[in-house]
Amino acid sequence: MNPEIRVSDTRKHFIQIIVENRFGVLSRVAGLFSGRGFNIDSLSVAPGLDPSVSQMTIETQGDDHVVEQIIKQLNKLIDVIKVVNLSEFSFLTRETLLIRVNTNTRPGDREEAFRIVEIFRARIIDSSPATYTIEVTGDEDKIEAMLNFLKPLGIKEIIRTGKVAVAREDQKIGPKSAARLSDGDVNYHR
Amino acid sequence: MKMSGAEMLLESLKREKVTHIFGYPGGVVLPVFDALYKDPSLQVILTRHEQGAVHAAEGYARSSNTVGVVLVTSGPGATNTLTGIADANMDSIPLVIITGQVPTKMIGNDAFQEADIIGMSRSCTKHNFLVRKITDLPRIIKEAFYIARSGRPGPVLIDFPKDIILEKADFVYPETVSIRSYNPTIQGNRWQIRKAAQTILKSRKPVLYAGGGIISSEAHKELLDLVTLTNIPTTLTLMGLGALPGNHPRFLGMLGMHGTYAANMAIHDADVLIAVGVRFDDRVTGKIAEFSPHSKVIHIDIDPTSIRKNFHVDVPIVGDARVILKDLIEELREISGGEDAFRHYQPWIEQISEWEKEHPLCYTFDKEVIKPQHVIEKIYQFTQGDCIISTDVGQHQMWTAQFFKFIKPNTWLTSGGLGTMGYGFPAAIGAQKAHPGKRVIAITGEGSFMMNIQEMATVVSLDLPVKIVILNNQYLGMVRQWQEFFYGSRYSSSFIGQSPDFVKLAEAFGMIGMRATRPEQVEDVILDGFSRRGPVLMEFQVDPEENVFPMVPAGGSNIEMIFESPGEKDDPKKRDSILTA
Ligand SMILES: Cc1ncc(C[n+]2csc(CCOP(=O)(O)OP(=O)(O)O)c2C)c(N)n1
Ligand SMILES: [Mg+2]
Repeated sequence: MNPEIRVSDTRKHFIQIIVENRFGVLSRVAGLFSGRGFNIDSLSVAPGLDPSVSQMTIETQGDDHVVEQIIKQLNKLIDVIKVVNLSEFSFLTRETLLIRVNTNTRPGDREEAFRIVEIFRARIIDSSPATYTIEVTGDEDKIEAMLNFLKPLGIKEIIRTGKVAVAREDQKIGPKSAARLSDGDVNYHR
Repeated sequence: MKMSGAEMLLESLKREKVTHIFGYPGGVVLPVFDALYKDPSLQVILTRHEQGAVHAAEGYARSSNTVGVVLVTSGPGATNTLTGIADANMDSIPLVIITGQVPTKMIGNDAFQEADIIGMSRSCTKHNFLVRKITDLPRIIKEAFYIARSGRPGPVLIDFPKDIILEKADFVYPETVSIRSYNPTIQGNRWQIRKAAQTILKSRKPVLYAGGGIISSEAHKELLDLVTLTNIPTTLTLMGLGALPGNHPRFLGMLGMHGTYAANMAIHDADVLIAVGVRFDDRVTGKIAEFSPHSKVIHIDIDPTSIRKNFHVDVPIVGDARVILKDLIEELREISGGEDAFRHYQPWIEQISEWEKEHPLCYTFDKEVIKPQHVIEKIYQFTQGDCIISTDVGQHQMWTAQFFKFIKPNTWLTSGGLGTMGYGFPAAIGAQKAHPGKRVIAITGEGSFMMNIQEMATVVSLDLPVKIVILNNQYLGMVRQWQEFFYGSRYSSSFIGQSPDFVKLAEAFGMIGMRATRPEQVEDVILDGFSRRGPVLMEFQVDPEENVFPMVPAGGSNIEMIFESPGEKDDPKKRDSILTA
């Protein structure tokens, strides 16, 4: 009986999109987000197992109503094959970072950097007399923690892949994740 | 047999049953126009501006429920189509627009007459295609037509590079189309339909709120069946006019900003709102928090994004309006046991007729100056609704929507979502092409008409009998009305004053021009003008200060309707409004 859309809390969502691996698809998806004022916190794209499709993971924020619209609008794009809101399921995220840190500012820095790499099971992939370049993969907590440890050494540069996410194996993911939000109104046949 | 890209395009269009193409030639599409020259089965309507071509295709499509086709050149030809494409996208009009493009190898080089029309049109098309291989062309055309006309209809653009236009290959047109990522839902969910039927049956104060989706899905017969069975009072959006006969006793008139008092009051008091083929546009809802605050909402639409986009819905049903209404009627018949079950709406219907009596649509007739509403009424009386009407955007558009009774669907062409001045006259040209034997009338303002006035040359050269009615109030009237109400009557840039002599202009273009300056001339001009065979321009010099009422101020609640101009309350002369039927 309440005419206005009920507003719920803004939360982080991971949306997995399978699209046709075609010219211009990324700009359709990105343009949808910018044109409709939706947030993109991170975005990663790569070809899928089937080379005719691409997989995108988008990290976004919004209340339930905004996320419902994001999913419906994505589904409306002709080149979008499937959209899953992973946040409705139990899922894992990973991100890879390449971090260049100073190792020669103070005595002992190089050993300290090495120790941190060990603790976080990261890898040194390049080294110069004054720096290490470290590769680390992990979820948000791990990455955050590692960055906190490295900060005192002096971080020169960070390159991030953006997050990718996957649902846990025992989770059943149908193509109709939007249907759950709309009690049966949506029937995408996808 | 090998065919060029140009020939393949024409052959494909014929397979899609296209007979008319609205277009304008130029460099890169010359081979296509050359192929058209040799092929009499496809008729090209040469407009005088590419925007005109798109609006004409829109009028053609909307009046006949087919796909309108546009063909233009690259660069400026393509960019000139954008306003029309955005208009079609907002109003769900099925179009296929073919734009020429510079040769594939030159794309991205700032070549002569290059424009990234794929990038520019991405956000105002339903979909677009760049043809990259000649062998893809037939499939792309097949898909373009399918996408344009299925689901929620809309414009689809095909960008066609010059080298591929010229390239030759074997032509194989696909028999069927299947796009794995695109499968619009047609059938409504059974349980939801049952829930909707139960909700309707239990209601005491239901209102049907129907729109353009009824026209697109050709659900007018089902809508009428539903109203006949249940007797539910029905209001229509601007885009939906004609979906229910305008003279039907349960028709409340249009709702929203310039809707009728009865429609807006009924929506406000309703306990169940049945929304079909509508999208809760802000011009309809007014202040959304106060729109239909007591109702349970049933929303039927083919586009899932329309549902719960800006308004809460209790019973959402995604699918084709016609299919769902059919099922809903069947369900209602089954669970109600017939018309008697809906007798309890009677007090509600009586309440609504009170509202209708309280504030009917009205205006003050004047012996000295022509009232624009009077002209519309006279046109209705003369035609009895048996015609196709297009309008531009502004006060004249609202007066036409209010005072003309649209009896049949597809007879009302207007720019609703985008509100594009310059839409109306070319749209009438398209409608006349689709319906050669029908009376087609473009009702316009002196401001809007100037935005595509060049199309007078098109109607004259094709001898199309389009009738143009200009309600000349010397103002960008709708802008002036807002300035009068909300900007202290400071008429900044809304006074047009001296327009060209429209009668002489008509003659200069080679058509008949007529003018009425006094109320007693109105009928004569209509009688004379409408009985001529060819195109006729009729200018009515109307009251410059007339306003559209009722009016809901922007952002206001729909029940806060205004019925008079600021300062008019104390003017006894103006208060004696005559009531009109
Ligand atoms: C292309 C475009 N530019 C501007 C507007 C804003 N606008 C809306 S109504 C209107 C006035 C239209 O004047 P006219 O055609 O004379 O119609 P009237 O309101 O006087 O009947 C204007 C400028 C618009 N809708 N479209
Ligand atoms: Mg005007």
